Amino acid sequence: MRARNVAEEAHSEGGLVFHPMDQFIVKPLFGDGPVEWYTPTNVTLWLGLAVLCTVALFVLGTRGRAIIPTRVQSIAELAYGFIYKMVEDIAGPEGARYFPKIFTLFVFIIMTNYLALIPMSFSPTSHIAATAVLGFGVFIAVTALGFIKNGTHFLGLFWMSEAPLVLRPIIAIIEVISYFVRPVSHSIRLAGNIMAGHTVIKVFAAFAGIAALSPVSVLAIVAIYGLEVLVAFIQAYVFTILTCVYLRDALHPGH
Amino acid sequence: MATEPTAAAAGACVNDAGGAIGMPQLCVEWMPNQIFWLVVALAVIYFVLSRIALPRIGSVLAERKGTITNDLTAAEELKAKAVEAEKAYQDALARARAEAARIVAEARADIQKDLAVATAKADAEIAAKAAESEGRIAEIRAGALEAVTEVAKDTAKELVAALGGKADARSVTAAVTARLKG
Repeated sequence: MRARNVAEEAHSEGGLVFHPMDQFIVKPLFGDGPVEWYTPTNVTLWLGLAVLCTVALFVLGTRGRAIIPTRVQSIAELAYGFIYKMVEDIAGPEGARYFPKIFTLFVFIIMTNYLALIPMSFSPTSHIAATAVLGFGVFIAVTALGFIKNGTHFLGLFWMSEAPLVLRPIIAIIEVISYFVRPVSHSIRLAGNIMAGHTVIKVFAAFAGIAALSPVSVLAIVAIYGLEVLVAFIQAYVFTILTCVYLRDALHPGH
Repeated sequence: MATEPTAAAAGACVNDAGGAIGMPQLCVEWMPNQIFWLVVALAVIYFVLSRIALPRIGSVLAERKGTITNDLTAAEELKAKAVEAEKAYQDALARARAEAARIVAEARADIQKDLAVATAKADAEIAAKAAESEGRIAEIRAGALEAVTEVAKDTAKELVAALGGKADARSVTAAVTARLKG
């Protein structure tokens, strides 16, 4: 509500234009109709661009199948090796079966994060609706996998056999709570980071309207943008590595 | 950036000016759209990666690893061959040296033999020449002695004649011979 008031005040004064949240509005690409579930919107546009970039990097880039890779092919190979090693190191050799799914997550998040850094773009990963689908998707898949692979033995994840007997039920309750908080923190971490960074850039951009403040504003935008370039990668990395950790818990609940 | 007033878009999440009301992230009426397109995008990316890109990259990496391993093995083999060749070369060199030494020794022995023969021959010649010379010297010496006796006899005869004596040849000769012996 405060944002709207500030925005309205700015509008009435005609000086500062202050709409840090407007960049997250979902709107139809064609016309002004209501946003139905099937309507092609700016979400569709930027997700589509992410898909196109993925195809360009991983399909067109590796078209040559060169033993000595081209630049684009070596980027694709680097990403492959990076995530493959991560999955294998954390989730073990059995985890390698799930490598394509985890790699899809990583590629999707990093592509949308970096495309969102283009000025005037839309950032799908800043929306909790998108990241919650990812986070809860991972949570449900991993929990189901844990029960399928280990049966009731999977519940041993919550029962610390090393702890003193008196403490075990208490620890089990805490473990269960922390287990169910996982998807929430998993998805909010990503959406929160992306949203916060983009909002801060917009807030600084608004100050550029005041001549005296504009150099500071531009410098701050450059600095925050640099930070966001880092955050875009780190959040994709963190999301992927946490997925690997949850997968390891599902495959090996013993420890 | 929807900054123009769009009356139709205005709803629970967007005000009349087209600005966001609160956080657009919490706008429930946009969520089905976002989730639908997200699932579509994820499905496409998963399909493209798992069917085309990942097997391709995996095979390229495996192929490269194989090539590198093969090349390393080949290099190892070539290195072993080079070591072998060097050993053969060193062996040949040692053999050649031994052969050369043997030939030198042989040649030296031959020369020594020839030299000994030639020396012996020369020695024999020198000895023969020396013996011949000695004979001639003895001849010359004997000749000289005879001549001295002759000269002494003649001189004694002449001296006796010059001193006014009359000497017969026999006694003078006997006297000179006696003198020469003594």
